[in-house]
Amino acid sequence: MADNTIVIEPVTRIEGHAKITIQLDPSGEVADAHFHVTQFRGFERISQGRMVHEMPSLMARICGICPVSHMVASAKACDEILGVTVPPVGVRLRRVLNLAQIVQSHALSFFYLSSPDLLLGFDSDPALRNLVGVARQTPELARDGVALRRFGQRIIERLGGKRIHPAWVVPGGVSRPLEASERDSILAEIPDARERAHRTLDWFKKNVATWADEVAHFGDFPSLYMGLVHEGGNAAYSDGLLRVVDSSGWVMADGVDPTAYGDYLGETVEPWSYLKSTYFKPLGYPAGIYRVGPLARLNVAERLGTPAADAELAEYRERLGRYPSSSFHYHYARLIEIVHCIDVIDEILSRPDVLSPHVRARAQINRNEGVGVSEAPRGVLIHHYKVDDDGLVEWVNLVIATGHNNLAMNRSVLQTARHYIKGDQVKEGMLNRVEAVIRCYDPCLSCSTHAVGQMPLQVDIRDAEGSLLRQVSR
Amino acid sequence: MSVLTLTIEGRDVAGQTGGTILQVARENGIHIPTLCHLQGLSDVGACRLCVVEVEGQRKLFPACVTTIDEGMKVTVNSERLAAHRRRIVELLFTERNHVCSVCVADRNCELQDLAVELGLTHFDLPLLSPQASVDATHERFGIDHNRCVLCTRCVRVCDEIEGAHTWDVMGRGTEARLITDMGTPWGDSNTCTSCGKCVQVCPTGALFEKGRSVAEARRRRPYLPYLVAHEGRTR
Repeated sequence: MADNTIVIEPVTRIEGHAKITIQLDPSGEVADAHFHVTQFRGFERISQGRMVHEMPSLMARICGICPVSHMVASAKACDEILGVTVPPVGVRLRRVLNLAQIVQSHALSFFYLSSPDLLLGFDSDPALRNLVGVARQTPELARDGVALRRFGQRIIERLGGKRIHPAWVVPGGVSRPLEASERDSILAEIPDARERAHRTLDWFKKNVATWADEVAHFGDFPSLYMGLVHEGGNAAYSDGLLRVVDSSGWVMADGVDPTAYGDYLGETVEPWSYLKSTYFKPLGYPAGIYRVGPLARLNVAERLGTPAADAELAEYRERLGRYPSSSFHYHYARLIEIVHCIDVIDEILSRPDVLSPHVRARAQINRNEGVGVSEAPRGVLIHHYKVDDDGLVEWVNLVIATGHNNLAMNRSVLQTARHYIKGDQVKEGMLNRVEAVIRCYDPCLSCSTHAVGQMPLQVDIRDAEGSLLRQVSR
Repeated sequence: MSVLTLTIEGRDVAGQTGGTILQVARENGIHIPTLCHLQGLSDVGACRLCVVEVEGQRKLFPACVTTIDEGMKVTVNSERLAAHRRRIVELLFTERNHVCSVCVADRNCELQDLAVELGLTHFDLPLLSPQASVDATHERFGIDHNRCVLCTRCVRVCDEIEGAHTWDVMGRGTEARLITDMGTPWGDSNTCTSCGKCVQVCPTGALFEKGRSVAEARRRRPYLPYLVAHEGRTR
């Protein structure tokens, strides 16, 4: 049999456009596999010459799923340029918005994009393997998904004025304080959201044993993990400093101020993807492979900081070890994070000072450079700007969560393909697993290439000469 | 001064000699869309949004600078006029880079309001997407040429009300740009008094107060109450 390449294009149920190619050797074994991001955006160029005060809203347009994450990281970079200290309530309100964003995005990832594989089976009929199929079989689960996403989106709407692309986060804080009625409406919805989050987590824990084979082959390898933590080791989402640990818990870097990210993270471009790959500089490329996002955040943090989520975290670690290394566990970690985010939102909104009118600091341009970091749903998000003395943007660098995970996603695709694919006559369910490992990371390709539209995926099977033997696309 | 009688939209109306169709229409509660016109400033007929039909005449007349005549029959709303007005707004949008979603004047913009009023839902014309600059050298204000529609309200308010005449227009056609003094950066202008009237009269987000983020422009029109006192100064 000749050498082959399998191409999965487009990859479905992810955010953006991508394809996967799987290279087979003469015996039909998988020789190599790549995850290609095939779209290009150019936001780093578009923003040149714009006023720095526009940046949070301009950057939010990178993505319709996580605009808030971009706004927060962008506004933090702008805070640096203004040289201001954001009033504490402004900081906390931004935090609530970012956590609401994480809840809605995690709900989208888990329920809409991944639960069809988990609930209906990786080998089930692709025509039914979607949220509608989930709703038919387990209406309760689908309803929880819709409700949790709505919960997050409504918070964003109440705080920012609209669900997608609110212009509320501004350099120096937020543009208007929270109203008592808005706070009360959000607080009233918390018990229901909390119940749904716990119910989903319980369902996942009950069923996790049935996915043992996927757990073992969906990107299970040692790597570094990076995330933001507060002083004392609690997980941080909008603030905090960077920490990098390896799979045995060795702290490779800690207390890293975001402005020093360039000392630790290198970026490289591969010819087969528009998505830059980042690596941990001290270990070099490609040894400095690291992961970010829910799995990494739970690995780098000592604890989450809310009692119910910490109890879940303790159980998670008891089941999987202190530093779980399979990317399949992104799902589990994501569900624990939903619980945590809801509790933190509750905690912040229950503070008596949350209605304070002091939510914004104003200043002119005081520095020519600023770096802002936040945890987007998919992991660490870095915005780095340089401006001229008048506040016009001269240079922008965006390091997106999906870029951090690029090396890990490629390695995961290879591992999964090696396990499930033999020869070019592969069953659809096996190819679906190759896509599903990408879904674990919940990549946002629109963000990472700084696309519009749905996320189609294609798999190419090529021979050693590169000729296409089989193509599977949706 | 004698009184002239005419009909606008089939209604019998009257106005004084020298008055414009726009004035008489507004006095009688008849709406004509405008953009470059601002009550209190001289009219220049730059934007052509106020075009009307006059019976017996083939060409269209800008209501802001056309004086009334005895027995004139004026049509303000027709399919032809609506199509012209929509096309004018489309031309304004496509000539430069108007992106409402990241604009300081979002939801507070006369160009955006006109698009809504005239039902401009999409562009048939290609976008020119010019490379236009932003001058942020002034301490308090900035001008984003991407958003300028060349209405020249700023030029007129600076000259006629403030008396500084800092603003002018340089170049022709799509190359025309507002300039301060003789083309020096705004921040270096010797004539600018930093009064901010130009920013207040700007219909779009072209002139803005620095430090304001998206949709944060506030046009305080009553800030210029004396402009109203100059009503009638039109040519």
